[in-house]
Amino acid sequence: MSAAVDVRDVTVHYGDVLALDGATLAVGHGRVCGLVGMNGSGKSTLLKTVTGLVRPDTGAVAVDGVPPDVARRQGVVGYVPQTEDIDWDFPLSVRDVVMTGRYGRMGPTRRPRAADREAVAHALARVELTDLAERQIGALSGGQRKRAFVARGLAQGATVLLLDEPFAGVDKRSEATITRLLRELAAGGATVLVATHDLHALPGLADEAVLLMRRVLRHGPVEDVLRPEHLALAFGLDPLRGEAS
Amino acid sequence: MIDLLLEPVSYEFMQRALATAVVASVVCGVLSCWLVLVGWSLMGDAVSHSVLPGVVLAHVLGIPLSIGAAALGFLAVALIGVVRSTSRVKEDAVIGIVFTTLFALGLVLVSVTPSQTDLNHVLFGNLLGVSRSDLVGVVVLGALVLAVLLLKRRDLTLLAFDPTHAYAIGLNPRRLSALLLGLLALTAVVALQAVGVVLVVAMLIIPGATAYLLTDRFQVMLLVAPAIALVCGVTGVCASYHLDTSTGPMVVLAQGAAFALVYLLAPRRGVLAARVAAARRRRQLVSRPA
Repeated sequence: MSAAVDVRDVTVHYGDVLALDGATLAVGHGRVCGLVGMNGSGKSTLLKTVTGLVRPDTGAVAVDGVPPDVARRQGVVGYVPQTEDIDWDFPLSVRDVVMTGRYGRMGPTRRPRAADREAVAHALARVELTDLAERQIGALSGGQRKRAFVARGLAQGATVLLLDEPFAGVDKRSEATITRLLRELAAGGATVLVATHDLHALPGLADEAVLLMRRVLRHGPVEDVLRPEHLALAFGLDPLRGEAS
Repeated sequence: MIDLLLEPVSYEFMQRALATAVVASVVCGVLSCWLVLVGWSLMGDAVSHSVLPGVVLAHVLGIPLSIGAAALGFLAVALIGVVRSTSRVKEDAVIGIVFTTLFALGLVLVSVTPSQTDLNHVLFGNLLGVSRSDLVGVVVLGALVLAVLLLKRRDLTLLAFDPTHAYAIGLNPRRLSALLLGLLALTAVVALQAVGVVLVVAMLIIPGATAYLLTDRFQVMLLVAPAIALVCGVTGVCASYHLDTSTGPMVVLAQGAAFALVYLLAPRRGVLAARVAAARRRRQLVSRPA
């Protein structure tokens, strides 16, 4: 059986800037994988090659054995964006946002049917946002916002979920809720890729971790990847004790 | 009071002026909801100016004005995209260069085109001189734009909110952007009749921005924005009749006044409401026992 996410020798340039340099990694079904690295280490870029949004200069990406372009049309890939990529004043309710997870399954005018409403209600319940469903999306706390976007991936039925910095600006309780949710999803067979600065959250969350510095420096069990001597390779100092975050 | 409205309507040219203003206001009002949320206000200005040479050329060649306008609208956006991505000049400067150049080309073409087209009408609109066939064109084009906008409204809203997600679930954000752009160019042609090239951008921004201050629901915005535009359109035309002032600018003036009112007095997002709420909070802090 092929890996859920298979990235092979992928190189990406933005103009003259090298973002990924021959990155290779494979993540199996039902696994939670943490992507660790500094700003500019290529974490976001790697996630974007899996959605197909960024096309590699060389190398290939496969999701469930098919190219990203095929996978995204099947609605396999769910994406939880970074906080700063979203306009939080946008006039949509939490329920509206979660409903956009269903668009790939709807007709051309995206008119929701009963099954869509049910899926949205179910997703909202799983992330414990049912009571806040009619709130404007920006009227949520940092953690609730993240949970709303995870709910969108749930409503979508995504089997590969990509999260870009899900713990940035998130309180401890929401962090725990998100962690529990992602573990549940993985137990159900979904594959979860988490790009994060928050190394403290990784041991309770991830089965494996990838240390990224444009290349894959290290890929293995979390406790191995988070060893100080390995982190020093990617961060230049020990971020668990030092000042880097 | 009602006479203020009824008296102008007794003239046929005023009926056509009102009808044109209403159609243009509603179509622009609906489109403006997306433009303000996508952040395309400047783009709206650019496209509405850039369509001018297209309109003039279409007029000379005898093809529908909307085709010429749409072609130039796309050309403008393509030029903006190319220059921005292949030079170090920033986007706002590129937009400024492209649209003023195309607008100037349009003005030159108007000046060498042997026709009855009055430059003033192109620049500032000619609501009082709208012919029956002009009106038919405006209504047909307006209905087409409105129909497409409403059918694709959910996709366009997602494009504005989170294009990355739209892409990740198999939608095509580039195609949706192109669609919005095409509709923008066609709408510019509709609004050109009403208020002219220079003021089109007002109708493409003000209703949406005003509605945005009044609600947190996009569905509500889609009703409030055209409603505001409609009231302003009728008010502007009637006021211009009674005050004997130019019509297009009166419509825009009415919209600007509506925005100012909402900006000051909106129940939650208005400046006054925010002041009152802040004062109340301060009082509560002071009165609370230490």
